[in-house]
Amino acid sequence: MKIRHALTSATVLIVVWQSIVWATGLPKFILPSPLQVASALSGNAGLIGEHALVTLGEVVLGMIIGSVLGIGTALHLATSERARRLLGPILVFSQAIPVFALAPVLTLWLGYGLWSKIAMAVLIIYFPVTSSFLDGLLQTPQSYLDLANSMRARPLKTLWHIRIPAALPSLGSGLKLAAVYAPIGAVIGEWVGASKGLGYLMLLANGRAKIDLMFAAVIVLCAMSVSLYLFFDAVSRRMAKDHVV
Amino acid sequence: MTNAPGITVSGRATSKGEPLFGPLNFEMPPGRWSCLLGASGVGKTTVLRLIAEMDSHASFTGTISASDGAPLTNRIAYMAQSDMLLPWLTLRGNVTIGAKLRGETADIDRAERLLRRVGLSAHLDKKPSALSGGQRQRVALARTLMEDRPVILLDEPFSALDAKTRADMQDLAAEQLARRTVLLVTHDPAEAARLGDQINIMTQTDLIPMNVPHSSAPRPVNDPATLVLQGQLYQLLREDA
Repeated sequence: MKIRHALTSATVLIVVWQSIVWATGLPKFILPSPLQVASALSGNAGLIGEHALVTLGEVVLGMIIGSVLGIGTALHLATSERARRLLGPILVFSQAIPVFALAPVLTLWLGYGLWSKIAMAVLIIYFPVTSSFLDGLLQTPQSYLDLANSMRARPLKTLWHIRIPAALPSLGSGLKLAAVYAPIGAVIGEWVGASKGLGYLMLLANGRAKIDLMFAAVIVLCAMSVSLYLFFDAVSRRMAKDHVV
Repeated sequence: MTNAPGITVSGRATSKGEPLFGPLNFEMPPGRWSCLLGASGVGKTTVLRLIAEMDSHASFTGTISASDGAPLTNRIAYMAQSDMLLPWLTLRGNVTIGAKLRGETADIDRAERLLRRVGLSAHLDKKPSALSGGQRQRVALARTLMEDRPVILLDEPFSALDAKTRADMQDLAAEQLARRTVLLVTHDPAEAARLGDQINIMTQTDLIPMNVPHSSAPRPVNDPATLVLQGQLYQLLREDA
């Protein structure tokens, strides 16, 4: 059912796209038709695949590092009110800095290689993961806490046995957001300076007026983000399944 | 289980400067069921939460003491209207949660025995979501028994159940919690009349002690003396309001 909906909307999109190409008669280097993009995709499968793998590696590493950092921060903030008072505002403030503006600096600091891209992905997902997990940790149902209280629970045990499991659905939503943001971070990093990756390929194709190749790279990037999203969607559904009261 | 102490609550409580209840002097005899009956908002639950040392919005001046002089901490188990079952744990996991929360080793065999005792042996590995409301309260009862405390605080534990299930649960609880000091907070006159060894109606200013039939709880639902008491309780509740 869900797949059918997705296919239907994709078909509609392609039809609209093709109609625009027909109606306007725009040349290939301004707006290529879906068919031209498809043939660019299949004709350059090896090239695109090679660059896509690089980006995927950055995204996955960024997801892992960013999630670990975000989860750690949320746990620390949830258990220490002082940390919450001190770091909470800084966390929000840091989020107000456009990550895009940091990309050149990160490249300067971490070089042209993998790490500046991973750092971008980490920066961009750190906040959604932290804040959604923290929200979940701070909103444990009062009745569970009453129970723990009446059982003379140790605070860390309550965190482990009650507050963390109760917050897993919130963490799941954070990870879903992160899955969509992380590729954006990696690609921005690649735009600023790279010799590999889908972002680099897009710039390269754009510069050579190979708009069909650029579109093909964009589509592969989208497919990557959607797959990641669906993966974390499935994971968070699993997490939430156990929370039906 | 050690010998159940009696409990005395004496004092007054205020909430944000407004008087909530009291001054009152409330005595719970050891090893018996004391019922606190009253309309919503008169502070019944606050009395219970104060005894349990749980967060409440009230500030209390007075004393809460056990008849044997020892502190009540660690001698109390608590059951509420919400069964407080953790949805991600099986029944086994839910019944043993207390030990895990204290960092002790849980006695799984005992947990299974208790679940069997409340009639849930077929469901040990199920999650709470697979159970009916009545079954879930049975798990909560097993969890309370697992804690094995001499003092049991019950905050309207059966009020969300249908009439038949409620009567069944009252029987089961009375049987399983016999010889412990039980405080039952309820707004249901029928429940108080069936279960109370001692019944007090709580009002904003006062505690009205009731004469309770000599028969032992749980009294049959159609016992004439119990029904008469139930009627009196209804009437007093309505007059008071």
